[in-house]
Amino acid sequence: MAALLLTATACGGGGGTAQGVVSASWGDPANPLEPANTNEVQGGKVMDMIFRGLKRYDPRTGRAQDMLAERIETTDSTTFAVTVRDGWTFSNGEKVTARSFVDAWNYGADLRNNQRNAYFFGYIEGYDKVHPDSGEPTATTLSGLTVTGERTFTVRLSQKFSTWPDTLGYAAFAPLPRAFFDDHAAWLKKPIGNGPYTVDSYARGSAMSLRTRDDYPGPDRARNSGVDLIVYTDNNTAYTALLSGNLDLVDDVPAAQLRNVHKDLPGRYINTPAGIIQTLAFPYYDPAWNTPDGAKLRTGLSRAIDRAQITQTIFRDTRTPAKDWTSPVLGTDGGFSPTLCGDACVHDPAEARRLVAEGGGIPGGRMTITYNADTGSHKEWVDAVCNSINNALGQDSACVGNPVGTFADFRNQITQSKMSGPFRAGWQMDYPLIQNFLQPLYYTNASSNDGKWSNKDFDRLVDQANAESDPQAAVRTFQQAEGVLRDQMGAIPLWYQNGSAGYSPRVSHVALNPFSVPVYNEITVS
Amino acid sequence: MGRYVIRRLLQMIPVFFGATLLIFLMVNVMGDPIQGLCGQRQCDPATAARLRQEFGLDKPVWQQYLTYMGHVFTGDFGTAFNGQPVIELMADAFPVTLRLTLVAIFFEIVIGITLGVLTGLRRGRPVDTGVLLLTLVVISVPTFVTGLLLQFLLGVEWGIVKPAVSPAATLDELIVPGLVLASVSLAYVTRLTRTSIAENARADYVRTARAKGLPRRRVVTRHLLRNSLIPVVTFIGADIGALMGGAIVTERIFNIHGVGYQLYQGIVRQNTQTVVGFVTVLVLIFLLANLLVDLLYAVLDPRIRYA
Repeated sequence: MAALLLTATACGGGGGTAQGVVSASWGDPANPLEPANTNEVQGGKVMDMIFRGLKRYDPRTGRAQDMLAERIETTDSTTFAVTVRDGWTFSNGEKVTARSFVDAWNYGADLRNNQRNAYFFGYIEGYDKVHPDSGEPTATTLSGLTVTGERTFTVRLSQKFSTWPDTLGYAAFAPLPRAFFDDHAAWLKKPIGNGPYTVDSYARGSAMSLRTRDDYPGPDRARNSGVDLIVYTDNNTAYTALLSGNLDLVDDVPAAQLRNVHKDLPGRYINTPAGIIQTLAFPYYDPAWNTPDGAKLRTGLSRAIDRAQITQTIFRDTRTPAKDWTSPVLGTDGGFSPTLCGDACVHDPAEARRLVAEGGGIPGGRMTITYNADTGSHKEWVDAVCNSINNALGQDSACVGNPVGTFADFRNQITQSKMSGPFRAGWQMDYPLIQNFLQPLYYTNASSNDGKWSNKDFDRLVDQANAESDPQAAVRTFQQAEGVLRDQMGAIPLWYQNGSAGYSPRVSHVALNPFSVPVYNEITVS
Repeated sequence: MGRYVIRRLLQMIPVFFGATLLIFLMVNVMGDPIQGLCGQRQCDPATAARLRQEFGLDKPVWQQYLTYMGHVFTGDFGTAFNGQPVIELMADAFPVTLRLTLVAIFFEIVIGITLGVLTGLRRGRPVDTGVLLLTLVVISVPTFVTGLLLQFLLGVEWGIVKPAVSPAATLDELIVPGLVLASVSLAYVTRLTRTSIAENARADYVRTARAKGLPRRRVVTRHLLRNSLIPVVTFIGADIGALMGGAIVTERIFNIHGVGYQLYQGIVRQNTQTVVGFVTVLVLIFLLANLLVDLLYAVLDPRIRYA
């Protein structure tokens, strides 16, 4: 009853935003909001506000830092001893213990719970028992997880993976309170976490009110008194609401408004690189595209694309021409290299024509680039890329775009290996590690290796890098693997995507983290 | 009259089944929606299979349809991909769109008929020409242009209204969106009323009424208007369904979380349960609105009787 009264008074201000509360644009999360089930940005925003895991990625550098983890120790890169920090509680008062993590991870990995991020637990021993590729699971808990004390547990991996602790900042690894297991439906209606915010009210599909936790024990307390996430059906409407002073923060500035954004929001527009890269993938299951000279053909196509012009005219510099297969947010220490792709990513029509001819020409003399037409401005850039290729080759219709109606259908055709030519591929990193940009995408039969590219040298180098106990040596070995990818031009890197955001004069200290999600807890309200 | 209503209600059954089956097939042709649920990454096969089973997508389409229809009669419209029962989505969305439609219909009736009567009685005068020109402009400009323009002028430039409607979507917030939604139909109502009034103004019964010395007000409202409204009522009745289903554009512009928004989300995510559920209810509303129109005929013109 007290809570009800409080809510009533908080909202009684006459419809305006409450004191010290940031109002921000939001999209309707596609999946139920639970840590191991949230795989897209919109749900991820909430996870980032209400949960803290063992590690947290620094909002500026992207580096994994200890949060709830006091220590994570290993001697062989396979078995890790984790100690959870003392003094952390969930917002309902429950203590965060080793069990909060182990139970949550077991739940996330179990096939019976249909968690879309289950594969994150795939490196832990026993995953194939709780999540077999086919048939029913034969175990309910991961054999690699053992609780050894109130605040300690051990994790045994099924392979060497030295940088594994750095993956633990991802939301899927968040701890869960007992309330989650005791009354799952109620928890979904109003999630309870251990982060700096609590969910005050949640009207699915339209708005979520988050309020700052007074008893939050962490070092990153919220500097505002809360955040109201409001679902906008269209990012243009959200932008209009921002201009009229009815909204504080928009984290997706519509492409059509980029021309005016500096005038509309003087000094209040952010455009920073995020861990997202767009590439063109090839169907290696199609013999026509998997020829011995194919690398020359693909390198030729790469050199035909005028990345600088396309990112400038179509994206108004919210994309940066790619110079490798990772992302600038990794930093050069983390494996980003502005020189790795080198000449192969530089626009040179004459060279492109020569290489394509040496590579045997475009199969059948004509190719299509497949993309989904329902979201983003994919049509514009695909047409521009084709235009670039056609100009370089001096043929009017060597390349044309091939739109597919919906994203689901596009994914469908890809998973059924139905692509007859290059297709759009985008990758948003799960965690800021060079491993995450290479292994899931290009390792033989990896989960997101949509083009089915396969190369023994590449696989060998990735395995070697994962076994490396020195992180710097691991990064260097991954870069060698990336060199193989470049020489074979397994996929053509196009550009890195930036996160863009605009905000009202009412708020300050607005920034985007490397996942292009606003760092909500640091925003201050005047 | 009673038998007529029963016959009409019985006719609704095949229409109902036909329409839902069509929608069901159309959404299914678009392919497997599960792949879209896992984002850019490929769903792992085991989880994809489990999800397919959860949403009943692993069975043949005809079986899915039968199961679905079986559930519908118990009020179970299935579950949306975000884990929310579709019936809950409906309970959230339909009241909002209904309010928006009512506001739009209100404008159609009040402004449309008033302007129609005004111009119908003053054919060829400057008022008539002016209104005709205005309706022509309204009809020819697409709704999203009118909507975005009004939103920008009233919401951003002059700050009279909020450019985006809050989740509560109260009546006063819906005035501008309602006007935008009504605009094109409103123009048609005006033109329809004008023609009808102009035609009937020369009819014998109107002359007789005038000759009897009835006051002009009474002639217009009781005699002229009552007969002239028959085509207009047909139009407005049919428009109720069209407005509810066609609010996608308006709802998107003004951030209204109504039927149009849910349908759009359902289609983009290829969520059969959501799309079919909403369309089913829309079909019912459309059919009922048409029945209502037919029944209103008898009220407006006692000569029209149904066996």
